Amino acid sequence: MIVIHPQILEAMVVHAENCHPEESCGLLASDADGAVRMAYPLTNTLRSSTNYTIEPREHVKALRHAERLGWEITGVFHSHPHTQAYPSPTDVKLAADPGWLYLVVGLEDRNRPVVRGFRITDGRIEEETLTFEERTKT
Amino acid sequence: MSATINLPTILRSHAGGSRTIEVAGSTVAEVFDDVARTYPKLAEQLASPDGGLPVFVNVFVDDEDIRYLDGLDTSVGDRSEITILPAVAGG
Repeated sequence: MIVIHPQILEAMVVHAENCHPEESCGLLASDADGAVRMAYPLTNTLRSSTNYTIEPREHVKALRHAERLGWEITGVFHSHPHTQAYPSPTDVKLAADPGWLYLVVGLEDRNRPVVRGFRITDGRIEEETLTFEERTKT
Repeated sequence: MSATINLPTILRSHAGGSRTIEVAGSTVAEVFDDVARTYPKLAEQLASPDGGLPVFVNVFVDDEDIRYLDGLDTSVGDRSEITILPAVAGG
């Protein structure tokens, strides 16, 4: 199970709504414990409703920011403006890293955005259970 | 000239699991030639049939995208940091 802070969820959904009807995209950073700490809303260079490519110079800036805080880039999020929150064949084909978490924001019903998470390994899709809540400090 | 290449997780297995490797060369092309001598599998990931950069690989010299500089002819200084990132894309 992956715990995602409600503010991170909100950042991804707001970015998806702002980019609509184009696909939004961004990167996720996690701390040494594997907790997702940041969603970086980035530019889709394709400005497309069916495809995205993260702007490479923004990618490296997000990477440097994460490194300064001792985090790692551990995933990517993007939206499906008109379809469900499930990886498309293109998502599977272009999945960059089997260790990454792939979050999809589905805006099939714009009043009810759905966010789901997946691992994509050698063409196989496995869903991760996501829980949207604040972390409990121990 | 000696520079450092920062490798993304996905490419580290082609360099013995290393996060960074030390390389020689005064341009990105020369650096990649040096990579090919030591890590031929890694070099394959950095080459395209037309001799340019693969579409799904981004290369930065001191955090500047070489596509906006001189491509593979971009100068590499002593102690430059070369960062390789996979293009992040989907649909």
